[in-house]
Amino acid sequence: MSDDHVYAALAEGHEDDTRWAYGTGFEDPLHGVDTAVPAGVDGAELAALCLELGDDALVSAQRLAEWTTRAPELEEEVALANIGLDLLGQARLLYARAGQVDGTGRGEDAYAYFRDAGDFRNVTLAELPNGDFAFSTARLLVLSSWRLAHLQALTASPDPVLRAVAAKGVKELTYHRQYAAEWVVRLGDGTEESHRRMRAGLRQVGAYLGELFEAHDAREEVLAVLGQVADTAGLPVPEAVPGDGGAGRLGRHTEHLAPLLEELQSVARAHPGATW
Amino acid sequence: MVTVLGDARRARHVAEQVPDPELPMLTLADLGVLRAVEVGADGTVVASLTPTYSGCPAMAEMRAQVAARLKEAGFGRVEVRTVLDPPWTTDWITPEGRRKLAEHGIAPPGPAPRHTSGPVPLTLTPTRRLVPCPRCGSADTEETSRFGATSCKALWRCLACREPFEYVKEI
Repeated sequence: MSDDHVYAALAEGHEDDTRWAYGTGFEDPLHGVDTAVPAGVDGAELAALCLELGDDALVSAQRLAEWTTRAPELEEEVALANIGLDLLGQARLLYARAGQVDGTGRGEDAYAYFRDAGDFRNVTLAELPNGDFAFSTARLLVLSSWRLAHLQALTASPDPVLRAVAAKGVKELTYHRQYAAEWVVRLGDGTEESHRRMRAGLRQVGAYLGELFEAHDAREEVLAVLGQVADTAGLPVPEAVPGDGGAGRLGRHTEHLAPLLEELQSVARAHPGATW
Repeated sequence: MVTVLGDARRARHVAEQVPDPELPMLTLADLGVLRAVEVGADGTVVASLTPTYSGCPAMAEMRAQVAARLKEAGFGRVEVRTVLDPPWTTDWITPEGRRKLAEHGIAPPGPAPRHTSGPVPLTLTPTRRLVPCPRCGSADTEETSRFGATSCKALWRCLACREPFEYVKEI
């Protein structure tokens, strides 16, 4: 075995060179984890929950990655890419779990690359275009606060795999929320222009709170965080508009999801059977 | 039985010495991600690893390295398993690992935040965290970015010796 570089072992052991790209030696992220569905847990329901949470994470990760080379400063690109990477990792684990318990035995790629927009169950806030940095920051604050509350509740899930994924996710999301909160304060409490934009960003996000709370009622936790951040930033707390029944969770999406997926899925669909 | 026990000890030693791909000054044992190495009755070595972050891209390489090194050491049947529970925290980094980090100019983490129940509190007042400069030891340091080149590190700088440095943030 070559010790030329630390990733040497990944270049070994793949079976088909024509379908393999260096550095993409992904395998089942749950390899070797006890995959049994505990008694009393409905496999279909558990899979549906894993898909919802996985789709929120994958779509958010894709939007966050779009900031690379476009953020105001290099440090913010690094931060947003890191946050996206955490969410991508959560999505992989959740998709792998969904495939184990929904009876199909599908792998993570089947969910990420070979479903169309109407099959995705992410909340629509996650799929909206990035807009300006203030809107993206407001969205990150809301989505990370909401997901943090949801995952924390799931640390008591009867499914040991979901419980473990949630416990790790809570730690990561605490950092994501902190990052977004500090930027909302900095922009809200900054110049006239940054204040104006941050206020507009929070107002835009407010229109999607209803859908979030329909999907998982973390109203109390999310509004407490928003109140605390808005107060410190000198901004009005965004108002939660009643939802229409959780459109994203029912597969009803905005026109923005399909183009996002087209880009995300293009390579996998152009090269069926490729190994990632 | 003596042989199996001896094999288990030897297999553990081999797996422990595998370097972390992102922090190669640390072994997997230093990083605290190697949960167990066991040898079954049929001679299969089962090594259990836990990821640091959900999206840690080094996980596949760690698995591949552990399997490759064990096979080099003569263990024919090797299985590397993933363990998710309990989740890894920076408290799993050993004292030896912390010493090596500092020696290589990376500030080691403080105690991981403990949180048991209720909403996770958000702190908006500046927190004074003492991260001494790993080069000159000065306490006069500041964070430049909470996210760095890998998931586990933040960027800091020393105001005394003016050197930037990385810091393994508590998680």
